[in-house]
Amino acid sequence: MPFLEESYDICVVGAGHAGCEAALACARLGLETILFTISIESIAMMPCNPNIGGSSKGHLVREVDALGGQMGINIDKTFIQSKMLNRSKGPAVHSLRAQADKAEYSRLMRITLEHTEGLTLRQAEVTDLIVEDGKVQGVKTHSGASYYSKAVILCTGTYLNARCLYGDVVNYTGPNGLQSANHLTKSLREHQVEIFRFKTGTPARIDKRSIDFSKMQEQSGDDRVIPFSFTTDPKEVQIDQVSCWLTYTNDKTHQIINDNLDRSPLYSGMIEGTGPRYCPSIEDKVVKFADKERHQVFIEPEGRNSNEMYVGGMSSSLPEDVQYEMYHTVPGLEHAKIVRNAYAIEYDCINPRQLYPTLEFRNIHGLFSGGQFNGSSGYEEAAAQGLVAGINAAMYVLGKEPLILDRSESYIGVLIDDLVTKENHEPYRMMTSRAEYRLLLRQDNADLRLSKKGHQIGLVSEDRYHWVIEKERLIDQEIQRIEHTAIGANAAVQKLLEDHGSALLKTATTLAELIRRPELCYEDLADIDPQRKELAADVIEQVNIHIKYDGYIKRQLKQVKEFKKLENKKLPERFDYRQVKGLRIEAKQKLNLYQPVNVGQASRIAGVSPADISVLLVYLEQSNRK
Amino acid sequence: MAGDTIAAIATSMTNSGIGIVRISGGESFSVIDRIYRSKDRKKILSQMPSHTVHYGYIYDEDKVIDEVMVLIMRAPNSYTAEDTIEIDCHGGALVMKRILETVIKYGARIAEPGEFTKRAFLNGRIDLSQAESVIEVINAKNDFALKTSVDQLQGKLKNKITRIKDKILYEIAFIESSLDDPEHISTDGYSDKLNENIIKIIIELEQLMQTAEYGTVLKEGIDTVIVGKPNAGKSSLMNVLLGRDRAIVTDIEGTTRDVLEEQINLNGISLNLVDTAGIRETNDEVEKIGVNKAKEYLSKADLIIYTVDASTEIDHNDEKILRQLKGHKVIVLLNKSDLRKKVSEKQIEDKLLSLEISFKILSVSAKEQQGFEELKSIIQEMFFSKEIKVNDQIYITNIRHKNALCSARDSLRMVQKSIEDQMPEDFYSIDLRNAYEQLGYITGDSIGEDLVNEIFSKFCMGK
Repeated sequence: MPFLEESYDICVVGAGHAGCEAALACARLGLETILFTISIESIAMMPCNPNIGGSSKGHLVREVDALGGQMGINIDKTFIQSKMLNRSKGPAVHSLRAQADKAEYSRLMRITLEHTEGLTLRQAEVTDLIVEDGKVQGVKTHSGASYYSKAVILCTGTYLNARCLYGDVVNYTGPNGLQSANHLTKSLREHQVEIFRFKTGTPARIDKRSIDFSKMQEQSGDDRVIPFSFTTDPKEVQIDQVSCWLTYTNDKTHQIINDNLDRSPLYSGMIEGTGPRYCPSIEDKVVKFADKERHQVFIEPEGRNSNEMYVGGMSSSLPEDVQYEMYHTVPGLEHAKIVRNAYAIEYDCINPRQLYPTLEFRNIHGLFSGGQFNGSSGYEEAAAQGLVAGINAAMYVLGKEPLILDRSESYIGVLIDDLVTKENHEPYRMMTSRAEYRLLLRQDNADLRLSKKGHQIGLVSEDRYHWVIEKERLIDQEIQRIEHTAIGANAAVQKLLEDHGSALLKTATTLAELIRRPELCYEDLADIDPQRKELAADVIEQVNIHIKYDGYIKRQLKQVKEFKKLENKKLPERFDYRQVKGLRIEAKQKLNLYQPVNVGQASRIAGVSPADISVLLVYLEQSNRK
Repeated sequence: MAGDTIAAIATSMTNSGIGIVRISGGESFSVIDRIYRSKDRKKILSQMPSHTVHYGYIYDEDKVIDEVMVLIMRAPNSYTAEDTIEIDCHGGALVMKRILETVIKYGARIAEPGEFTKRAFLNGRIDLSQAESVIEVINAKNDFALKTSVDQLQGKLKNKITRIKDKILYEIAFIESSLDDPEHISTDGYSDKLNENIIKIIIELEQLMQTAEYGTVLKEGIDTVIVGKPNAGKSSLMNVLLGRDRAIVTDIEGTTRDVLEEQINLNGISLNLVDTAGIRETNDEVEKIGVNKAKEYLSKADLIIYTVDASTEIDHNDEKILRQLKGHKVIVLLNKSDLRKKVSEKQIEDKLLSLEISFKILSVSAKEQQGFEELKSIIQEMFFSKEIKVNDQIYITNIRHKNALCSARDSLRMVQKSIEDQMPEDFYSIDLRNAYEQLGYITGDSIGEDLVNEIFSKFCMGK
């Protein structure tokens, strides 16, 4: 029987946030790319919370943008409310979060895909990998068609053998009732891929018309919106925003939950998958934090033209009747009508420690993966991995150097290093506490950190690259000037200090010293700084941060220097560590299993001791001299 | 990992005659210039030629620590091929420790086990054929350091440091969860509370650091008490172990009237050796004090070496001692094995077994110096198999530990400075983390998943 056969450079499986970035990157780098999705309607779908960004996730979006990805541009055009979180804290933890118009977000991404040259969209379920001699050759679909390619990127999200549960109801579907992918796991297992089973959940969606907002606190967006993308003109994002609403659970809610715990599949043992601790269901919160009298509930719109409201903070897998009962105890939701039930979803994903930091499988050449398939969670984490997997698949096909970002240069580097190096038993979420050099990894300097790499890869345009170089020059120049501009204790200066409640000068100082005072900043000193040239707001922001936090930044830079020493010591590929005498047995086993790319990564593997690292260093030196 | 400057005590940590503190790395000269003064105070070592020796003093600011000889060697003509300085001091564990601490204070860091050798190799001073032995040195030194350090950490000290760490971790987790979920967790008024907690933690750290000062240094090691009836040869045994005459040895019973305490090093394991007056009924007042003191030492001992005079019959004095051995690790030495034996191993074994005492037994001759290698290896074996444990009083006896406590304290002071400077909360967690990691060097763990677990278990967050 004749089957359809086609050839591409790259196959991408899944068109969620990871798959879209991966496919766009490949196509933009000039490779013939085909993107498979189970449903064309579900491209870049947001099946859970209706927002992009948030603490540390906002950083990821900025980094994706600086490397030439799409997420930032897409949300800038489709958001309906935006906030810079943690504004009262230091610049390193400022983080953008925007409410998305879900339908618009998805629609615009689809349009972008459809208008990208070299990118083919195909609705089909991929069921098999074609692998020969440890090298991927393409994929097969459920219809029996073969698509040959030089590389394959798997971004299957939460669709693999997925099932959705609430109470004793089980639906064998992916998110939102979409068809699940029930064959690919088998093919992966046949190729010795280790599979995990994870679980996550989502709250109900409620009809806006059934909510009494007068009992809730209104939460509006920022007066002045800052865009995600460095390419978006800030003027374009000053739009009419919609509000979110805050309300609380109470002892009645908690009582109902406690009375019905035995009917939750989480507690009855029906759910096998491991759920994330950072977005616990409301039943988890009530059980684990029994002493908390109330929990916050955020009511968030799913779109400008949608009646559906997302009940943030109350995800659940309790039965339908209990869901109604519990939501109705929350002020403002007394008469709420549910549009979609809350549910838990279980799905297959891989143990990401089978991957290189390039996101290529160690035991299958040319096979890459990204997103929830790799055991992460979140749209932003998915997009970041999708972009890196896409870039590296393209580099692999083009025979160029792969992109590996380390922990000291990006949150993306932290994310991927954690995934491929550390033991992980739950869907992985980015957190600012995971980034040890976060003072350097700010959302405001993502372009300065990564655009050069994006340009080198070929995803960042020449113009944009030159602007970053120019920005860098202007910042350095201004910092130098400020550090060396002396300020005398004259009347104008004392007056300005007095006006800002700052201590008067006894002797001369520099502009920089004044900026370091907590109550002053660069902008405040314009009147006593006649030499000042007009600079763009983002340049001033960098100057301010560098001068104000100079001491802390220098200390982190010193730590990074130490960190880089081990990071720069490359280890050989597919190496047998049993031949290194002096390594302890556990270290030999772990190193053989995880094949770290450098000594730094090796040092982060549990079971490899500092003494083992010393032995490795000596061994490396020994083989270098041979 | 060239670059930073390392230091360590190059000789063993005992009260031997001469001790050497070695410094290696790019900052060696800047360190020595800050702590060395010649007699006329004019000499600057960084301006002196390589491979010269200089007499002078080591100072910590205005306090003189010891009279020393300093040997300077410039890169690449030294063992490590880096700038290297050796400070020869008068020895004595305390003085060496103080000098090393001063060196650390002025910019060096404590060397990892085997690091001098590692650097020598990485810098090309040791050729390829020796690479394997380099690895062996690193592993051996590390194993030893780990074993000794872990054993030292049993008990109260570890608990105490873990409790301090937990307090710091809680603060970090609070800050981090407020950053990850600002809409759920507010930091209003937090900095004042944090400052109060930090003050308390700093006091605790400083109390621990004080225990590392003078007087406790001899506590490092296994408290070993030598007992036996008078003239069983305890003092001779002590002298053999020390390798010199320390105790007065005569044939007259009751010669050792006081308690002699010495520190010895058996292949890297420190013993605090206590030679007691022979335990016997006595009317001599001075000797009585000695006997009572001996009993007191016995009760605190980690290890007891019971010396039996094999040339005389077991008498009521031996019986008395035997009863006091209960609950202790005991090595029985049948001394004077060169003479005609009147006591057999079997006889002693039966007595000890009936008292349910676990022991090891061997025949030696202090006079002929026979059987002591075996004694050393028995002690070593008991130490590594953890049969004997080091005392678990809360004492910081290890310089590495003291250093870590000190750095942790300094990091907490940085947090106080950040609070004072009205820095935002996320800046506090930078130095809180450093403090935590420093204490982690002592207990042997790093922050990683601890923090994430703490955040999720203590703070309710998430959508």
